[in-house]
Amino acid sequence: MTAAQLTAQELTDRAGLVPFGPKPRRTSAGRIGIYAFLIVASLFFLIPVYIMIVTSLKGMPEIRLGHLFNFPVEPTFQPWADAWLHACTGRDCNGLSPGFYNSVKITVPSVAISIICASINGYALTFWPYKGANLLFGLLVFGAFVPYQVVIYPLIIGLSSVGLFATLPGIIIVHTIFGMPILTLLFRNFYAALPVELFKAARVDGAGFWRIFFSIMLPMSVPITVVAVILQVTGIWNDFLFGIVFAGRSNWPMTVQLNNIVNTTTGVREYNVNMAATILTAAVPLIIYFVSGRWFVRGIAAGAVKG
Amino acid sequence: MDMAENGTSVSIQELSLNFGAVSVLKTLNLDVAEGEFIVLLGPSGCGKSTLLNCVAGLLDISEGRIFIKGKNVTWEEPKDRGIGMVFQSYALYPQMTVEKNLSFGLRVAGLPKDEIAKRIARASEILQIEPLLQRKPAALSGGQRQRVAIGRALVRDVDVFLFDEPLSNLDAKLRSELRVEIKLLHRKLQNTMIYVTHDQIEAMTLADRIAVMKGGVIQQLDAPQTIYNRPVNRFVAGFLGSPAMNFIDGRLEKDKGDWHFTVEDVRIPLSTYAFEKEPVPGPAVFGIRPEHVAFNSGTGWPFTADATVEVVEPMGSDTLVWLKLGKQNFTVRVTSERTPRNADAVSIGFDPMRASLFDAQTGSRL
Repeated sequence: MTAAQLTAQELTDRAGLVPFGPKPRRTSAGRIGIYAFLIVASLFFLIPVYIMIVTSLKGMPEIRLGHLFNFPVEPTFQPWADAWLHACTGRDCNGLSPGFYNSVKITVPSVAISIICASINGYALTFWPYKGANLLFGLLVFGAFVPYQVVIYPLIIGLSSVGLFATLPGIIIVHTIFGMPILTLLFRNFYAALPVELFKAARVDGAGFWRIFFSIMLPMSVPITVVAVILQVTGIWNDFLFGIVFAGRSNWPMTVQLNNIVNTTTGVREYNVNMAATILTAAVPLIIYFVSGRWFVRGIAAGAVKG
Repeated sequence: MDMAENGTSVSIQELSLNFGAVSVLKTLNLDVAEGEFIVLLGPSGCGKSTLLNCVAGLLDISEGRIFIKGKNVTWEEPKDRGIGMVFQSYALYPQMTVEKNLSFGLRVAGLPKDEIAKRIARASEILQIEPLLQRKPAALSGGQRQRVAIGRALVRDVDVFLFDEPLSNLDAKLRSELRVEIKLLHRKLQNTMIYVTHDQIEAMTLADRIAVMKGGVIQQLDAPQTIYNRPVNRFVAGFLGSPAMNFIDGRLEKDKGDWHFTVEDVRIPLSTYAFEKEPVPGPAVFGIRPEHVAFNSGTGWPFTADATVEVVEPMGSDTLVWLKLGKQNFTVRVTSERTPRNADAVSIGFDPMRASLFDAQTGSRL
C-alpha cells in the first residue's frame, strides 16, 4: 500500500516524464511537415479539377479573356446542357447522351457476366480441385499480364469470323474475357481464406456443387463482390481502346464519344463544353468510388491476405 | 459378408492413402463395434484427421475398403454414409441462423417440414440450445457454437458420429465441461463415435478404446488403462502421460538366473516384471511413470536408491519433483504434503512390476 502511494506521489511530481494516465498530445515538427506535404500534394492534384469546373461554368467570351484561375463572373450551365445534348461529333450533334446509354449497355452486362463467371471459377478452383486445376489457374493469372494491344488483332479476326465483331455482344464478350484473370484471382483468394471445414460440413450435409455455391459461398461473398463490381465498373467505363475497336459505330461508349467531341476540328473549340463533357464522363466512376470506397478497402484486404 | 451381424459399426480394411509419393496412411485396419467410442490419438501429422476424413468420404482413398453398418461405402458420397461430422472450427454456416444451420442438411435431403421441425426440437432439447435457435453463429460463444455443430450431426439421425478435434478451440474450463457433455451424450444416444484428438486427457476420459497413431500407422489399439499401463512401444509410452514417463537407457543382464537392468552402478532387479517375450541380454530402455515411484517411504520396495532434488514444481493437487539419480534425470510425482526442498537428498523406491521395458533398437515392449 505504502509503496503504491509513494509511486503515485512520485508520478505527480514528475508529471509528463513517466507514463501515467492519458497519453499527452504531441505536435512535432515532423507531423507538421507531413500534413503540409499532404495538403500541398492534394492541392496540386485538385488544381486541374478546379480549372475544369470553373471553365465549364464560364461562357466563351469570358474564357477568351484568358484568366484560367478566375471564378466565373456570370456562371452558366449552358455548356453542361450542350455537352449532354447538342455537342457535335462530326455531323451528328446529339451530345454525349447516346454515348452514356451505350456505356451503360456495355458496362452492366459485362460486369454481371464477368463477376458471375469469375466467382464460379474461384469457387471451383478452391474447393473442387481437378487434375490440371493449378495449371489452369496459372494460365489465368498469366493472362493478367498480357498487354491488351497484343491480342487485339487475333480477337478481331476471331470475333468477325463468328459475326460478333462491332456488335454489342462482341464488346461484352471482350470485356468479360479481359476481366476474368484478375477477378478469378480475387475470388479464388477470397474463398481460399474461408475455412475449408465449412465446405466439408456442407458436403456431409449432402449439398452438391451448386447448392454449396448458392446457399453457403455466395451469401458470404458480398465484400469481395463489391470489390469486383467497383473494379469492373470503373475499368469498363473508362475503357477507350476496346470500345473504339470492338463496339462498332452505333455502340461507341461515352469515352469514345467524348474523344470525338473534344477532337472535332470544325468550328470554334468550345472549351467550356469540352470541360463539362469530360466531367460528365468521369462522374460515374467517381461516384462509385465515393460511395463504396470503404467497402473497397475492406474487400481488398479480405481477399488479399491469404492466397 | 454381413458386418452388422457381428456388431461391427465401422470397419476399415487395408486402407492406404497416398498424396503423390507421400504415404499418409499405410494399410490400416480398424474395426469399431456398434455403440463404441473410439478415440484416434496422436501427434500432429500422424494421419488421425486424415483417417477420419476418409471415413467421412471427404478424401478419396488410394487402396482398401470402408464398411459402415455392413455396407461397403468406399465410393459413397459423404451424405450417403450415415455419418455426422463435427469440426474443430465448428464450421457453422455464418449467414444462417442456428435453426437454419441445423436444418440445412435436412432441407437438402428434401425432408417434409414437420419432420424437420420435430428433429430440430429433439436435438435442441438434448443439447439445450432452444433459446439460441434464432441467433446467427456470430452471436454465440465458442461452447454454444460447438453445441450447435454437434446438433447438426444429431438432427441427421446418423449411425456414426465423427468428431475432428471438437474441443481444441475452447478454453480449458469449457473443454472439460463439454468433454463431460459429450460423454453423457454418448451414453444417451449409444451411437458409434470416432473422435480425433491430440489431447490425451480427452482420449483417456472419453474412449472405450484408444487407437494411438504415428506416421499413418496405428501403434496400439486398446482400452485406455491398458494403453497407459502396458504401452506396446516406447512411442506410446512417451506420448501418453503427463509428465512423461521416465526413460533410462541401460542394459539388460542375467545374473544367477535373475534378470537385472543396469545403468552405471545402479542395478534394478526385474524379478517382479512380467516379460512380454523371452528376454535377451543387451541394451534396453527402462521406463517408469512418475506416479509409480515412491518417495522417502523407507524400505520394503524391490528397488530403492538415493537421489538429490533438483527442481520442485508444485501443481496444486500434487507436486512434481525433478531428481538426479546418479547421472540420470528422473521425475517423481508426490502428494503436496510430502514436498521436499531443493537440493535435499532423498531416497526413492519403486516396484519394477509397474515399469515398462523396451528394446533399445526397435522400441517395442520386452
